[in-house]
Amino acid sequence: MEHNLFRYIWRNSWRDQSIILVVVVIAQLFYFVSLDLPKQIVNRAIQGEAFKDGAATAALLKFTIGPYEWMGLPKLTLFPGFELERLPYLVALCFSFLFFVVVNGWLKQLVNTEKGRLGERMLRRMRYELYDRVLRFPISHFRKVKQAEVATMIKDEVEPLGGFIGDAYITPAFLGGQALTALYFIMMQSVWLGLISIVVLAVQLVVIPLLRKRILELGRQRQLTARQLAGRIAEGVDGTIEIHSNDTSNYERADIVNRLETIFLIRFELYQRKFFVKYLNNMLSQTTPFLFYLIGGYLALTGQFDVGSLIAVIGAYKDLPSPVKELIDWQQQSQDVQIKYEQVIEQFTPDGMLPDELQRMIDETPPAPEGGLSAQSIGYHEEGGARLLDNAAIEVGAHDHLAIVGFAGSGKETLGQVLARLTSPTSGTVRWGNADMAAMPEGTIGRHVSYVGDETYLFPLSIVENVIYGLKHRPIAPAQYEGRALMHYQRRIAEAKRTGNPLLDIHAQWIDFAAAGVDDESGLKRRIIDFLPVVELEDDIYQFGLRGRIDPDEEPAIAARFLEARAAIHRRLQEPDVNHLVEAFDPAHYNRNMTVAENLLFGTPRGAVFDVGSLRDNKVLAEVIEAEGLKPALIAMGAKIAETMVELFADLPPGHPFFEQFSFISADDLPLAQQLLNRVQRGGLDNAAPADQQRLIAITFPYIEARHRLGLIDAGLEGKLLGARRRFAETLPEEYRDYIEFYDPSRYNASATVQDNMLFGRLVYGQAQATQKIFRLVFDIVSELGLKSEVLAVGLEHGVGTGGRRLTAPQRQKVALVRALVRRPRILILNNALAPLEAAAQTRILKSVRREMKDRCLILIADNAALCSVVERVAVMRDGRVIEQGPLDRLARPGTALSDLGVGLQVAAS
Amino acid sequence: MSILDDVEALKRMELFAKVEPAKLKLMAFAAERTQFRRGEEMVHQGDPADAAYIILEGTADVVVDTPGGPLKVAEVRRDAFVGEIGILCDVPRTATVVATEDLTTLKITKDLFFRMVVDFPTISIEVMRVLAQRLEHANQLLAANKH
Repeated sequence: MEHNLFRYIWRNSWRDQSIILVVVVIAQLFYFVSLDLPKQIVNRAIQGEAFKDGAATAALLKFTIGPYEWMGLPKLTLFPGFELERLPYLVALCFSFLFFVVVNGWLKQLVNTEKGRLGERMLRRMRYELYDRVLRFPISHFRKVKQAEVATMIKDEVEPLGGFIGDAYITPAFLGGQALTALYFIMMQSVWLGLISIVVLAVQLVVIPLLRKRILELGRQRQLTARQLAGRIAEGVDGTIEIHSNDTSNYERADIVNRLETIFLIRFELYQRKFFVKYLNNMLSQTTPFLFYLIGGYLALTGQFDVGSLIAVIGAYKDLPSPVKELIDWQQQSQDVQIKYEQVIEQFTPDGMLPDELQRMIDETPPAPEGGLSAQSIGYHEEGGARLLDNAAIEVGAHDHLAIVGFAGSGKETLGQVLARLTSPTSGTVRWGNADMAAMPEGTIGRHVSYVGDETYLFPLSIVENVIYGLKHRPIAPAQYEGRALMHYQRRIAEAKRTGNPLLDIHAQWIDFAAAGVDDESGLKRRIIDFLPVVELEDDIYQFGLRGRIDPDEEPAIAARFLEARAAIHRRLQEPDVNHLVEAFDPAHYNRNMTVAENLLFGTPRGAVFDVGSLRDNKVLAEVIEAEGLKPALIAMGAKIAETMVELFADLPPGHPFFEQFSFISADDLPLAQQLLNRVQRGGLDNAAPADQQRLIAITFPYIEARHRLGLIDAGLEGKLLGARRRFAETLPEEYRDYIEFYDPSRYNASATVQDNMLFGRLVYGQAQATQKIFRLVFDIVSELGLKSEVLAVGLEHGVGTGGRRLTAPQRQKVALVRALVRRPRILILNNALAPLEAAAQTRILKSVRREMKDRCLILIADNAALCSVVERVAVMRDGRVIEQGPLDRLARPGTALSDLGVGLQVAAS
Repeated sequence: MSILDDVEALKRMELFAKVEPAKLKLMAFAAERTQFRRGEEMVHQGDPADAAYIILEGTADVVVDTPGGPLKVAEVRRDAFVGEIGILCDVPRTATVVATEDLTTLKITKDLFFRMVVDFPTISIEVMRVLAQRLEHANQLLAANKH
């Protein structure tokens, strides 16, 4: 990237800059005229200079040149002008003044808008170029930079550059032009006054930049400390476990306090100096009019100077300090942003950046080189670090399955990265067939080699999107736009071209189905589902599917099939061996295994309105309870529960786990409940304050008859609660309808999970093994109906969360394996990829992955040396070298390095 | 079928007979009523002991695996306390208990049991007393056998 900001700006925006410059020059002409007109109005119209010879009319807009006596040319009248009387003359002049003021303002606005657009374009270009560089950083560089700092630089630090870029050339031109025009104008009126202005300006232009040197330095420090603060905060977030486990939170506080102190001092000094300079600047510009009034006034009094000119000079001078001040500001800003720019650029030019042609988009998938991998005399050491690879050599055939094992610190993981070209070796070459991998485009490696490391990063998308991520190398088919959307698209393209952004459309179809050997999205999903058992992920995804949700409007066919399952499950639940396990959602019956609140609402809440926590203050529900005459019964029930709770839990110390597990009332609220009971019992339940009544009613909401067994809900109360349920559903105001989805036996409930939709009921409390039995039962019916892949498809939509944290580490690795397999790589490198899995699962999964990779190349790097018994060929590493390699049966003998790793013949035999 | 019935059942237990009713009520509230269908296993020999059961209704067979196959050693019915040795001594189940009729039990998890013992010393004294009595009883049996 260009190191000089001004050259960078000029090279990328000279066309826009030139256009704006032309506009600026035109604006100066108008500006000059608007300065001159007041003088004419005062002198010629008001004081009557134009009519002094008793003329009744004067010519307006008369335009003459010459006489140029030295050329012998007479005075030439180009335009005779309009003859006007005195009053119309004044009016005409005033209106022309107004016209020029308006045009002048409009031109200013035009220049500003164009400048803004130009700046934004350059900012966009710069941000893109910086991110493009991040994508080409060598992997080792990421060990040195902190992600928060990179993000801050691209996001925040270049922002002021964008603001400045529009001003880079235009501001000095515009302001300089304005200042010169004003100065010229003053000079024309009076040379003395002009000279005074020039002297004062010279002081401003020389002294103030000198004072600002320190300010610039402080600005640089401010930027640096702020960036370091961002990095330090990110460290605190990353190291939160260490902070808590070592009780170093106060040490961390001290560190941050120290940094904030430094930042404060820098910023405060900055402000002090800034305001001093401002003060000085203002002083100088304010004292000049003083000289004007004095000297100009004297000249006017002595008749050497007319009053109109003096007014015009003062008017012109008023416009002078601000452009000059802004010019000085501009000069400071330009130094400031140049420093910023250099600092950012420096961070974005690490050694060993991937040349951009290696990442150039390749349309047709290039054929994979014929032959296997061969690495010769590979050496690698990090800057100032240990030598991780030292003359390592390894050969892998195109159809080989090779395990690389080694002693601790043997460098095998680094070799794995080198073989995937993720790390460039400091010496030696890796060849794939006849081709040097160092010069191979990512389009070849990234499509034919799959690599899984020991800690895969998953993007915060769904599982299926994370898998498909491995197929998005290029836009396969452009997005189709019509009408207005097409216009927007064309505008987007034009703008991207102007800002040096590539014309890649995120809305295009990016998924390379052919690479996965399928035709379309549903084929791809089927294929992914086929891979799930290979990596033993099927059960987990099935569980996600049961807990997942679908939108029946978008997928009516699937919703209908899940309803079929609901019917089948309910038929099955009629049978005597299982008829006691589930109490179905039946609109006509009170469900003793649901809470009172759930029975009343009888639907899935959406959002917080009907959330259990906020029901106490819910007006709609309160009205229904009142109207149904349920209030006294619920109040009495609430009092009963409160009494029981006080009785049962009074002796328990606060914080006892029983409170959380069994109580309706938290330990803190127990005394309040006691007071509440005392209050209501004194006055009688019916006379209790409305707020107390509300509290008592709310206590009943989480009560489940089958679980809590206090015997509080009899048939009569059930009937009343059912009445309230019906009334609630019927009278629910329209604006609340979106906040709850009622249970309807014939409809799919979009807000409930797939499992709840199929089961459509609650597990009965206290049935031994009920959860397992029902899980089994549902699984059987799902399999019988052939619905398993539908459930799995829902499960694949499960979001993995930030950094994949909603999955366990083994699950993340398995997703990564599916991603690696689904694009049918020629070479699969598993760089300790199985490490987070338990040992037995590692062996099983490796065996099935081997079946998938039959006749293709598989390289397994493993800490668990026993895994090499699953493959035919083994390489053993020690101290950065490959010390043994060959068939397993030859190496797994006493006396070999492999046997030192604990791998013997008996393992090989198994 | 309310919690009061469960309290009554707890009261009938030798271990809890002398514990205040309020504590028993808390225990009943925290315990889980669990039902087994005929033929289902309450506990399985060799499994870790995670809970004890008080039989409220129904009968069950106590079966021990022997080299010659399963051997029924006892039958338990209403008010029997099943599996308390397992949670007290932290040993795996010493026998399998199979429901011979539909069973209603009160399940007292190990955690709940120990919480009650820790929080309410009266219960732990009762437990000690009952266990000491059993030990004494066993000693007497041993002594009687020797003669």
